[in-house]
Amino acid sequence: MDINEFIQKLQGEFEDIPAGFLKPETKITDIEGWGSMHALIVIALIDTEYGVTLKGDELRKVQSVQELYDLVIQLKKNQQ
Amino acid sequence: MAFFSIDNINIKGMAAAVPKGELSNWEYTHITEQERKLLIKTTGVEKRRIVNNSGITTTDLCKAAAEKLLQDTGTPKDEIQILVFVSQTPDYFLPASSITLQSRLGLPKTCMAFDINLGCSGYVYGLSVISSLMSVGKFKKGLLLCGDISSAGPPEEDKSVFPLFGDAGTATLLEFDSTAATMHFSCQSDGSGYEAIIVREGGMRKPFTVDSFTMVEKEKGISRASRNLELNGMAVFNFSVTEVPRNIEEFFKLTSTYPDSYNYFVMHQANLLMNETIRKKLKFRPEQIPYSIAKYGNTSSASIPLTIVSELRDKVAGDVSFLLSGFGVGLSWATVSLKTKGLLCPQIIEL
Repeated sequence: MDINEFIQKLQGEFEDIPAGFLKPETKITDIEGWGSMHALIVIALIDTEYGVTLKGDELRKVQSVQELYDLVIQLKKNQQ
Repeated sequence: MAFFSIDNINIKGMAAAVPKGELSNWEYTHITEQERKLLIKTTGVEKRRIVNNSGITTTDLCKAAAEKLLQDTGTPKDEIQILVFVSQTPDYFLPASSITLQSRLGLPKTCMAFDINLGCSGYVYGLSVISSLMSVGKFKKGLLLCGDISSAGPPEEDKSVFPLFGDAGTATLLEFDSTAATMHFSCQSDGSGYEAIIVREGGMRKPFTVDSFTMVEKEKGISRASRNLELNGMAVFNFSVTEVPRNIEEFFKLTSTYPDSYNYFVMHQANLLMNETIRKKLKFRPEQIPYSIAKYGNTSSASIPLTIVSELRDKVAGDVSFLLSGFGVGLSWATVSLKTKGLLCPQIIEL
């Protein structure tokens, strides 16, 4: 999985995000209307697609899409 | 793991009662339209039934369900030797609601009755307790009544709780039957997560004070008083998508079963996204998973029987193999596998 694939999957979850809005440097809280429901959707996506369960605190510390991606990769490594 | 098996108990029927009053989350104007759409898509809750200020309590709903079930199965009341009531919204601090129900249902004094204080995991826990006692005591028949009126607490100003819960009461009739298939249970608990879903004040640890009723804004869109139910959605989500699949994978190993061994996997109706994540992780097919959450919301310990009555009542005439799993407040979670042979489910009652 590379970051572009990751972005595509995120994009697929949020109907309201205009195409091309999400970039590695985009702040996830800049997603329009970002709130707890978005957080649940992101956690569910990452759990289903990558087999790691993000905690709420971990997600709250993350700022950009790149940081989120790095965290997922890191958690996946720790699992192995 | 608390894994155990119970023989000789058959589930003869299930019934459910809900209040007439209905609220639609499409009309929940405390949040924006965009939030509303996302809330409904994520939680799956479109509508829910609420007692409002009708004065109807959990025991009223359970009583109506039990009466209908006894009537439709033609069960003589004097054959009921045990009544177990599972709820976190009983009528009184004391006496136990199960005992008042013994009398209100016209059951004989030879019937034992007690309450179990559990929520989302309560149906499976309740089944394990009543089935064990009935199996050991060779009781002819027993009633398991599960429900809550969770809508009675949360204020409209708390978007993290208010739109999720509905009210319902259910009745399950069990009988001693030496030809019944073995039921297998796996029950777990983790009290370190006790604050994930909690009503902080009004019990003995923190009795009510005037401040218990003061509304405080916790964050945007979330105001509540400390007597109200508080829910850490993220913590519950994490717990559920981690521990439930873990419990069931272990359960599969212990029972030498796999997803296709079951006709239906009925989950506590907590949150659509959460339940779907569990489904995908366990590799169940969508057709195996009934949902009633769109119509009734999260109805606590009533959700599993309510879903069976609401979604499967015309599909259970023959032999059906079920996997049921409840999970949530406590934290507490439990799974059971069981087989029914001609389960009788009257239509949902409205009060």
